Amino acid sequence: MARIIVVTSGKGGVGKTTSSASFASGLAMRGHKTVVIDFDVGLRNLDLIMGCERRVVYDLINVINNEAGLNQTLIKDKHCDNLFVLPASQTRDKDALSEEGVERVLTELGKMGFEYIVCDSPAGIEHGAVMALTFADEAIIVTNPEVSSVRDSDRILGIIQAKSRRAQNGGEPVKEHLLVTRYVPKRVDAGEMLSYTDVQEILRIPLIGIIPESESVLHASNQGNPAIHIEGSDVSYAYQDVVGRFLGEDLPLRFTHYEKPGLLQRIFRGK
Amino acid sequence: MALLSFLFNSKPKTAIAAKERLQVIIARERNGFDGPDFLPALHKELIAVISKYAKVNADDIKISLDRQGNLEVLDVNVVLPDVVPGS
Repeated sequence: MARIIVVTSGKGGVGKTTSSASFASGLAMRGHKTVVIDFDVGLRNLDLIMGCERRVVYDLINVINNEAGLNQTLIKDKHCDNLFVLPASQTRDKDALSEEGVERVLTELGKMGFEYIVCDSPAGIEHGAVMALTFADEAIIVTNPEVSSVRDSDRILGIIQAKSRRAQNGGEPVKEHLLVTRYVPKRVDAGEMLSYTDVQEILRIPLIGIIPESESVLHASNQGNPAIHIEGSDVSYAYQDVVGRFLGEDLPLRFTHYEKPGLLQRIFRGK
Repeated sequence: MALLSFLFNSKPKTAIAAKERLQVIIARERNGFDGPDFLPALHKELIAVISKYAKVNADDIKISLDRQGNLEVLDVNVVLPDVVPGS
């Protein structure tokens, strides 16, 4: 059985697609056959972040409406042989995302031998976001250390606990993970930014990782490479740690402390 | 003062305010948005009871629900009218 993971946040612009792309890539780099699905019908962007926008022929809605098969629609990732992208429709109305249709697609993907299905949720709490989380076994809640993002994350957690299949069937609940992104240790130290412990204390779910604010994320999206592939970058290591922890490894947190530059560093800093 | 803050580069520590505000609003929202629904009824009855003994307006009674740590605090604030001497 494939494991279904929704990457969601409520608020927009916090790093859902960036995180979906890097997380799915990381799973594939570890040898797991993985598919990442864009649920943002009408505003698809996962294709751009994965760098496969020019290879999109069919999309999720075509598959749901039986206008195309999964084999024709899935796009093979340029970096990993065992990673595939299922793009969202750019033109159709998001109501085309029927619950039965989504369930059928997920079941078929499971039969095709995918071990992990990563669902990149749209922002908001409307139909598309609910469809992305309905069949999830696990949820990665992407949160910025900022008041509106934390509040919206709490809201989406409530929706997972009310509307997911697992919640409705009364079985084992969806396993929730907190992913704090755009973290700036320097500002946390200065008392200007919520710390990850603050965020965790408020949301009360286990932490799966911290992604530092970094210039490499923009470089990565400019080029259509998931940030995990930017070699030697903090962000790449941080996402690799997230994948490791997801797979059950016990890894210490990195990039959470700010070290004050020494005098010499301050003098010779600058480019 | 501006010079001092420039020299020491002191910025306000606002993260604490963020945390406190979030704790309050999220506690309230988890409890089903506007708090327990008996609040308006309680407000009305309090006015009725207090009016028996003192002249108060509806506006003189303020009820608010807050959360401090794991405690929910119901804050009822009644402003009694000034007693005019000799009346």
